[in-house]
Amino acid sequence: MTDIQAPAVRTNQTDPAVAAPAQIKMTARDVNVFYGANHAIKDVSIDVDMENVTAFIGPSGCGKSTFLRTLNRMNDTISIAKVTGDITLDGEDIYSSDMDVVQLRARVGMVFQKPNPFPKSIYENVAYGPRIHGLAPARRDMDQIVESALRRAGLWEEVKDRLSDSGTALSGGQQQRLCIARAIAVDPEVILMDEPCSALDPIATAKIEELIHALRGKYAIVIVTHNMQQAARVSQKTAFFHLGHLVEYGETSEIFTNPRQERTKDYITGRYG
Amino acid sequence: MNSFALLFLVLGLGLIGWLTGRARAGRLIRAAPKRSHSRPGQHAAYVAMWTALPALLFLTVWSAISPALVRDAVLETPAAASLPSFGFQRDSILGEARMLADNPEAGAFNEEARAIAPVYGAAERRYSWIGSAATILLAFAGFAFAYSRVTPTFRARTRVERTVMLVLLIASLIAILTTLSIFVSLLIESARFFAVVPITDFLFGTHWSPQVISSTDPGESLGAVPLFWGTFFIGAVIAMIVAIPFGLMSAIYLTQYAAPRVRRWMKPILEVLAGVPTVVYGYFAALTVAPAIRDFAVMLGFQYASSESALAAGLVMGVMIIPFVSSMADDSIAAVPTAMRDGSFAMGATRSETIRRVLIPASLPGVVAGMLLAVSRAIGETMIVVMAASGAATITLNPFESATTVTKQIVDLLTGEAEFDSPKTLAAFALGLTLFVITFLLNIVALRVVKKYREAYE
Repeated sequence: MTDIQAPAVRTNQTDPAVAAPAQIKMTARDVNVFYGANHAIKDVSIDVDMENVTAFIGPSGCGKSTFLRTLNRMNDTISIAKVTGDITLDGEDIYSSDMDVVQLRARVGMVFQKPNPFPKSIYENVAYGPRIHGLAPARRDMDQIVESALRRAGLWEEVKDRLSDSGTALSGGQQQRLCIARAIAVDPEVILMDEPCSALDPIATAKIEELIHALRGKYAIVIVTHNMQQAARVSQKTAFFHLGHLVEYGETSEIFTNPRQERTKDYITGRYG
Repeated sequence: MNSFALLFLVLGLGLIGWLTGRARAGRLIRAAPKRSHSRPGQHAAYVAMWTALPALLFLTVWSAISPALVRDAVLETPAAASLPSFGFQRDSILGEARMLADNPEAGAFNEEARAIAPVYGAAERRYSWIGSAATILLAFAGFAFAYSRVTPTFRARTRVERTVMLVLLIASLIAILTTLSIFVSLLIESARFFAVVPITDFLFGTHWSPQVISSTDPGESLGAVPLFWGTFFIGAVIAMIVAIPFGLMSAIYLTQYAAPRVRRWMKPILEVLAGVPTVVYGYFAALTVAPAIRDFAVMLGFQYASSESALAAGLVMGVMIIPFVSSMADDSIAAVPTAMRDGSFAMGATRSETIRRVLIPASLPGVVAGMLLAVSRAIGETMIVVMAASGAATITLNPFESATTVTKQIVDLLTGEAEFDSPKTLAAFALGLTLFVITFLLNIVALRVVKKYREAYE
């Protein structure tokens, strides 16, 4: 690897630098996003696959978060946002009238930049999704879902004795893992992460990165980050966005060692951004 | 000289002080520009303050105490020796004398007053001159003092700033002091009441009929429980059954569903409701709602349905409170971070699920505080119940029956013909005190809840 890569947190069995053979989960073709008169995303086409973690990098305001939010239609909540182009999940058009946004978001979960646990107990935070989607008919099933989600998010050992404490009382890193557990609890197929570590300290960040390694392969994961070292550490595929364009998309190792585009090279060598 | 002329004179002197102070400071500072501390304008303000403020302060105090001084002076003259030594009659004679002194044409009931009037007039004139002279003297003394201190090194700026702060402090204390003095006056009058009527009779007695008060046991017919119940029933139960759901739902609609365009005209209309004078609600309740409710009750088979039902007053009061609840709930729902809403949407929750499971629980403390404030407004509300509720103090759970409230009874007690120190009139103060304490506690609880909740998101 190059000198760009910081001392990485490597705990995983799979070598994170090597992309696995791809089974395509989501595709985007010629996607444009407008916020009123502002053309935020310009003709972006990309495939997201099941086996790899995909990182979106780029300078602030390049549209990476905006594009991420088109993948589970979170832009719907912004009245002036308009999305054109095709985005599919397992071949189904997610913007077609047949696609129910409630079901879409159950299949494509999201973790936000700032940990945003609900002002409820830890248990209720995780049970929120299963409850609204009716996944657990009995109390016992719910207990099981909550426990397994917390285990997979690496939080179970820390909170198992205080599940009834408020989720907002946890530390920032724990809150973010709680939000990941909350997303996992509805058993999604894709997890979108919007700069999940930007509000966390380095130790909490390392834990989240470990968690992303552990979740790889079980879910298609897309992570937006402004931290290039993080992209290099956690992802196998990297997409570089600039001024609303997708400049370059490829295997992470390629992008960081041998970028094809001049702009990508300038960005990853710290010329701007 | 009358006080108004004096006031303008002092203000005029202050202006002259400002101009001369500024001129002097400007001259001195031009002569030694390096050493000056304050700007000419600040020196000018300093001189103007010293000229006007002590004089105005004296004038205020003087106009408060001079009537008493005049009275004492009159009483010491030989002409007043023939007056009755104490009480009502002497006061009324003196009052008439004062009126005659101002306007000799006026008629008088007491012949003594006519005799004293010239003495009174003389005393008034004398004290007025003393006051005017002292005020003007003080203004000049203040001016001379401040003017002599204007030098380039004098720190006028810091002194002016300090005075400004002091004036602002006093202004903000006025509201607090007023509240305190209201409380104290209620306390004193109530103490007089409780000297006659045992406090336990008042607080726990269930019989209220102030029209017939027995002289041996006045507490027997002054038990306030029916009033507390009526107040609670009308203000905290019926009114809130109307105001809370409608207020909350309109807040949810306005914050979560309404398009910005709809919100822009709907919210002001809702707020207009809050601006309608309560007396208008009162006759709406009495003339429109109450008869309709009576007819409805008769239709349901209540034979003795009253046209002054608790329901009529409570319903209209509830409508009056809606904008209040709605705007408090609106604020606290809007204060829930968008991240929380997005988090819920991202889990695939619908809008109504998000509202029910995330927004309302998160904004609950603010909403509860709004409700408490609304309750405290409702139980203090007077005009609607005066016009629409009856005076019959009953303890009932039937909303079609009549009920009365604390505020309504206070109005009845004080507008009667009774003497001012009878237990009947004094009872009004005891009721007022109770109401004051209850609403005060409600407000404190509400404010604490709001404060705690604010900290949670900051």
